[in-house]
Amino acid sequence: MANVRVAGTGLTAFGASPERTGRDLFAEASIAAFEDSGVHRDDVEGVLYGNFMGELAEHQGHQGPLMAEAAGVQAPATRFESACASSGAAVREAVKRIRTGEDDVLLVGGTERMTNLGTAGATEALAIAADDLWEVRAGTTFPGAYALMAQAYFDAFGGDREELAHIAVKNHDNALPNENAQYQRAIEVDDVLEAPPVSEPLGLYDACPVSDGASALVLTSEDYAAEHDLEAPVAITGTGQGGDRMALHDRDHLARSPAAREAGEEAYADAGIDAGDVEVAEVHDCFTIAEVLALEALDLEPIGEGISAARDGRTTADGELPVNLSGGLKAKGHPVGATGASQVAEMAMLLAGTHPNSDHVADATTGVTHNAGGTVASAMVHVLEVVA
Amino acid sequence: MSDIDEVADAGFDEWLDAAETGDAYCLECANGHGSLPPRRVCPDCGATNLEEIVLPETGEIETFTITHVPTPAFEQDAPYATAIANFGLVRITGQVVGVDPEAVETGLEVALEITVSETTGERVIGFQPVSP
Repeated sequence: MANVRVAGTGLTAFGASPERTGRDLFAEASIAAFEDSGVHRDDVEGVLYGNFMGELAEHQGHQGPLMAEAAGVQAPATRFESACASSGAAVREAVKRIRTGEDDVLLVGGTERMTNLGTAGATEALAIAADDLWEVRAGTTFPGAYALMAQAYFDAFGGDREELAHIAVKNHDNALPNENAQYQRAIEVDDVLEAPPVSEPLGLYDACPVSDGASALVLTSEDYAAEHDLEAPVAITGTGQGGDRMALHDRDHLARSPAAREAGEEAYADAGIDAGDVEVAEVHDCFTIAEVLALEALDLEPIGEGISAARDGRTTADGELPVNLSGGLKAKGHPVGATGASQVAEMAMLLAGTHPNSDHVADATTGVTHNAGGTVASAMVHVLEVVA
Repeated sequence: MSDIDEVADAGFDEWLDAAETGDAYCLECANGHGSLPPRRVCPDCGATNLEEIVLPETGEIETFTITHVPTPAFEQDAPYATAIANFGLVRITGQVVGVDPEAVETGLEVALEITVSETTGERVIGFQPVSP
């Protein structure tokens, strides 16, 4: 099966730009991706686009064709919605379409406009990724749901807030050289521990920010990349998706992410690798506890031990397995519909040697990205490898 | 409030009505899997013949959180404790009422008590700790 090449990547800065429309953000990201790829817009056969809260934030549904137009592409376009895994789902579908030979060139990405909603509005909008009848109406917020998992994790495996704080500190450190990151400033463990509580045991610095931003990828078949002499050394060699019950209380495990495990196993098998081959990872750390659950689900840390990985230096930039060298959602920002494709973009740059943090993984050839929807009722995992 | 907010959610609102009068139930399929309404199909095995069975009077808190930054629907309720409690065949998410949120802990025995949001007046699933 032919590999799918990442021919171009484009990211806007993530952060607060409440006045900018989604279409403007995606236009910027797509222009950057086309310029990076050397691919002509006329060759694009489809646009696969992720977005979650467009109806609430912009009163705009049917965003697929709108965003194709914004990108200057004349091709059929579809929006993918899978909460915070929306553009991860778009990437997965694009990989499958290119592999079957149906398409050779696709524009893939996502956008979210969130900060114009304000904190209360964004909290309400994010909450609808949970079960409205049985969770949201009981007062469950998005941070609240992860807090339920954090408390369950502490009860099941031990661990404490101080260990979680090291994850936030690590990801802020990683974001320092990333000019697209929302927070380019270092924090200390005490800053995390002393921050105002959001949903105990999680505080303000355990949480990713509310962000605006867009991501875009130009993906091509291997044949197209060869025929057009593209500089595209990185391929997406594995894709996997997992699913679980919508409501956290209906899950078998309150402190694990079986959907991410399923997605990871599928993606590893698809790429013909195992967890031991992974040299660098970008995981969905919307909250500090989420990074722990992701590492354990992807078999990168044993169950119950992921919580100490950052504190003990295993996942820091100079550790044995650097995690979230982009800054992660925590410091890079989390415009939810843009996140999954942005992780693939960051990973492609890290492996290609074009990322400001590439020096930390200079010899790495294999990376994994993990993008979760809701409280991981959806999960998308991709394996990227240097192939040229 | 718009008209649309006055339209009931069939299955869910009936369940709240029943819970308010102490007649809470869950659904059980022939294979013994429990689930919450409204539901036509067992999510575990696909069985379509679901029977209402009486929910145990008390459940046990399995995990909890104290929320300080709520959605607008609970603006005046915060801080409040939300918990997931195990009622045998099903788990339920609810707000712990009648006790200081700081006193909530894993393993606490609770009974269902339908409460209302101080912010909106809408009904909310609540858990009342059961005194030993």
